[in-house]
Amino acid sequence: MSHSQATDKMMVELRNLNKWYGEFHVLKNINLEVKQGEKIVICGPSGSGKSTMIRCINHLEEHQKGDIIVNDIPLNEDIKNIEAIRKEVGMVFQHFNLFPHLTVLENCVLAPIWVKKMPRKEAEAQAMELLERVKIPDQALKYPGQLSGGQQQRVAIARSLCMNPDVMLFDEPTSALDPEMIKEVLDVMIELATEGMTMLCVTHEMGFAKTVADRVIFMDGGQIVEENEPHEFFNNPQHERTQLFLSQILQH
Amino acid sequence: MKYELQPTLPPPANMIGVIGWLRKNLFNGPVNSIATIVVGYFLISFLVPTIQWIFIDADWVGDSRDACTSGGACWVFIANRLDQFLYGFYPEAEHWRVQIAFIILIGSIIWLVLPKTPKKGIVAALLLVAYPVVAFILLYGNSFGLPQVETHLWGGLTLTLVLAVVGIVASLPLGIVLALGRQSEMPIVRSVCVTFIEIWRGVPLITVLFMASVMLPLFFPEGMSFDKLLRALIGITLFQSAYMAEVIRGGLQAIPKGQYEAADALGLGYWQKMILIIMPQALKLMIPGIVNTFIALFKDTSLVLIIGLFDVLAIGQAANQDPKWIGYSTESYLFVALLFWVFCFSMSRYSQHLEKALNTGHGNRA
Repeated sequence: MSHSQATDKMMVELRNLNKWYGEFHVLKNINLEVKQGEKIVICGPSGSGKSTMIRCINHLEEHQKGDIIVNDIPLNEDIKNIEAIRKEVGMVFQHFNLFPHLTVLENCVLAPIWVKKMPRKEAEAQAMELLERVKIPDQALKYPGQLSGGQQQRVAIARSLCMNPDVMLFDEPTSALDPEMIKEVLDVMIELATEGMTMLCVTHEMGFAKTVADRVIFMDGGQIVEENEPHEFFNNPQHERTQLFLSQILQH
Repeated sequence: MKYELQPTLPPPANMIGVIGWLRKNLFNGPVNSIATIVVGYFLISFLVPTIQWIFIDADWVGDSRDACTSGGACWVFIANRLDQFLYGFYPEAEHWRVQIAFIILIGSIIWLVLPKTPKKGIVAALLLVAYPVVAFILLYGNSFGLPQVETHLWGGLTLTLVLAVVGIVASLPLGIVLALGRQSEMPIVRSVCVTFIEIWRGVPLITVLFMASVMLPLFFPEGMSFDKLLRALIGITLFQSAYMAEVIRGGLQAIPKGQYEAADALGLGYWQKMILIIMPQALKLMIPGIVNTFIALFKDTSLVLIIGLFDVLAIGQAANQDPKWIGYSTESYLFVALLFWVFCFSMSRYSQHLEKALNTGHGNRA
């Protein structure tokens, strides 16, 4: 089904990534390579470290051992590198995290104006274009509190895209939404995928995984248990743990 | 069968209007009825003579205590000393300078409060940055051809307002810096801020003022003197900024972690994140606490009388000692209380107005 748009360029590279919360070893020797244009879906039971892993990529979480390289920039203590990586990595959160004191448009132009020093006119034109793409240009002057959850999440996607990121991280983007709003958000994500964006999605939307993913990764207990292209992953899971998980979420 | 539209009838008379309200709120049962009558009796027996004393029997015009013959309040006393209550010992010929400074202050505040005035941002910036300089030049003089007025002559409501406005304007930014410092990840910054806050919060303001006026000069080399008012101002500002810091820290903690993360993920730097995202939301939550601190600060300024500065309360006490007017201290205390109340109540009302104006809609804590 999925026709890979992946190029040879390495976009995100995790090498022997390890992370602890105090004594607790949350990420154990994670190795992952994501090429430009690749779409990765990450699933697994709660507490398996999948969110923590993608949050390490833009340094919302600090890792203690191993290397993270994003678009040839190594992620280390150097604040300049962290800022450079954050400029190229967009992130969409489970709870949207829009800025409630700013209008939708102001939410979208804030980072381009202050981080990229883009002129306001240009930033607004670009924001309107992206709001058009997520199909809510008419809400531009409203406040986030006046929008539905699905609309808020689409604004959050547009807000990330306004920075022209090379990689998009999605941290359970549909799990806080009412069922009838999930589709409108997934549609936007699918469209983004067909345009060739490099994406890492933590999600349990298996339909989405089958449609767009180049690879599905299954995590449990802080490690990558299984990694395969979606057809094989769903029809022929290798590990017992993966089989159990799939049987549990696909039952209904 | 024909179906007729029923007319809408008014509710029974004992449910609405004055009678309905009385029944519902004051006389709904024997216990409440008795309570209403008893409380009402005490209220009336207290209020009637008070109002009579303050307004009806009061004497308003005259030049000396001989005008106060009717047995009510002697407002002649206040009227005769009004200049001192307002300006302290500020030379009479220079009172216009205080008036101009006051008019600019009130004018720009009204400008900011009214809903539809343009250029609020510029006015607010001028009020915070340019106004202190202008007000200082006006009050202190010694430049632009204005004769100098030493600070020990400042007094009355003028001094109270100087102390309060400087305290408020300086303690808020200092409090913000301290609160951010207390949350900092840098251990040295954090411990310096925690120590500062805990020391200043742990001592009474009176101690701070005594220290500022009596002890500090002992540490300075001989001959070097520091204006007493300035020392009191610094003491009050540092003291209140510690309280302010704790109010602000409370507000900062109420901002969801997701807001910090979203700002980080977009690549905003620390100060951009704080100034553009966190502070505007936190300040909105903190308005009641901040204004509470402002009101406390305003009233605390009256403590400067113990270090020999004549704020409006001290002026009132001095007036009570005047042999020509002995026996009218109730009037002067009431008048001072009224002045304090007017300013504090205005601040309280303005804060409620701000809270409403800054509300950007329901469910915005997502």
